[in-house]
Amino acid sequence: MIFSVEFIYIIMGIIGLCCSFYTFMDKANTHRIQSGLFYFIYAITLLFGKVIPPFYIGVLVIIMVIIVGMGGLRKGEYGEATEQERETSRKRLGNLLFLPALLIPILTVIGSKLLGGIKINSMVLFDPENPTLVALGLACIIAIITAMALTKSTPRTTIKESRRLLEAIGWAVVLPQLLATLGTIFNKAGVGEVVSDVVTKVIPEHSLFWGVFVFLIGMALFTLVMGNAFAAFPVMAAGVAIPFLINNFNANPNQIAAIAMFAGYCGTLMTPMAANFNIVPAALLDLKDKNHVIRVQAPTALIVLGFNIILMYLLIR
Amino acid sequence: MVLIGVALIVIGFAFRLNSLVVVTVSGLITGLIGGLSITDIITQFGEAFTTNRYMSILIVTLPVIGLLEKSGLQNQAAKLVSKIKAATAGRIINIYLLIREIGAALGLNSIGGHPQTVRPLISPMAEGAAEAKYGKIPKKDKEDIRAHAAAADNIGLFFGEDIFVAVGGILLMKGFFDQNGIDSDPIMMALWGIPTAIFAFIVHSIRLHRFDKKLKQKFSPKNAKIRNGTTIRM
Repeated sequence: MIFSVEFIYIIMGIIGLCCSFYTFMDKANTHRIQSGLFYFIYAITLLFGKVIPPFYIGVLVIIMVIIVGMGGLRKGEYGEATEQERETSRKRLGNLLFLPALLIPILTVIGSKLLGGIKINSMVLFDPENPTLVALGLACIIAIITAMALTKSTPRTTIKESRRLLEAIGWAVVLPQLLATLGTIFNKAGVGEVVSDVVTKVIPEHSLFWGVFVFLIGMALFTLVMGNAFAAFPVMAAGVAIPFLINNFNANPNQIAAIAMFAGYCGTLMTPMAANFNIVPAALLDLKDKNHVIRVQAPTALIVLGFNIILMYLLIR
Repeated sequence: MVLIGVALIVIGFAFRLNSLVVVTVSGLITGLIGGLSITDIITQFGEAFTTNRYMSILIVTLPVIGLLEKSGLQNQAAKLVSKIKAATAGRIINIYLLIREIGAALGLNSIGGHPQTVRPLISPMAEGAAEAKYGKIPKKDKEDIRAHAAAADNIGLFFGEDIFVAVGGILLMKGFFDQNGIDSDPIMMALWGIPTAIFAFIVHSIRLHRFDKKLKQKFSPKNAKIRNGTTIRM
């Protein structure tokens, strides 16, 4: 294949590596060595994840966590553009400024939908495992070049601006990856089975409503704990839906599946465990309370969860 | 016993300890209780960390967004909507919710996203619309607007994507039913998602409408006079 996912990880690693050099040199940061080291190690794991044996990557991850735990990750000085500089360039470029930002989604959609299966000289253009990711990566590269040309920026400015955003996100940038790790360990240790055991013990034998209630609340709870509705479905469906709803009450599996997954998503909207949806955006948007996005989502999630319970009950009855 | 790890997470998040540390400690302890050796656990950490690198894809978007912000993109987005009289923070986010949900239902998940769409475009537009109406607003309320913009992205994506047949969740459930010898049909699964998808859109739209009302009540010059007695908010 011509462009693999690994290629995108290498680009990410290079961006991280360049950012870490500026962090090391940032005299305004009282913990610049530790902070720089954090981003440097992270860049190494992105760049060489495939080459370094997992045990050593694990050690590097734990070193990153120790740096954060000891308060070694601090913010620095970014020489941000003044309001006036921003206004001058805004006036010059006007709506052209939207072009690079819009190029990202447009090129990603075109790339993944149209170029996904294309072969050149019998080599596939994009990694068939994940064409969207590769398309997104390439779209960003084209958008970066466009943005640099448009704003007449040097690579140096580009890296400095990336570092400003990366440090604004801070430790939250590695949280999704670490949570996925925790999910794997939870699975290995059998947490899922324990949760479903507890849930299935509470179903009263013949009440359809309570069966539906336990199944969907279970989906949401399991997702709250594990951060992932995909992991919840097989466990809860095997524990409650198949024996109770499908075999006993003749429920339609298609309806069960559609509604159950949405009940799981209601859990996703309410848990810090789904960090890339809930915690990273809070960091990215500079919100003081890292749970602010969850607070906004929770009422909608609870109302929709209630609707799902009633809907499934009415459909099976 | 293995639920100790879960309990640690709950306690850690409740006391607002650093999430990275909480997650790592919980992983180590759950692994040990589950009978893995320390070496196994650390190897597991490394392996999962590497296979999940895709979750950090937002890093490739940072250079574009950084440069555009430096050149005034957010100001331009705010300026653009400030000319539209009917634009309010809630309405802009509501339109984005609609686009995001329909896009996801058509399999176009990549038209949105927090780093590439919400931070540079939607949240400055929503903030801009609010400031065009009410003048400068305090940081606390700006944060509310931003959180709403981020939430709309998630809600639109989640309740839209399962209506698209070829999405991971649908395929996973089809595979699961096949394994258990139960007949199922991905197209019907996708169609039965539509009632919830519509309901979620309506509920969230109502909430956004009420959010607009709240902002109006708080910052509209007329109301400020009534609320503050004699002083008029700037």
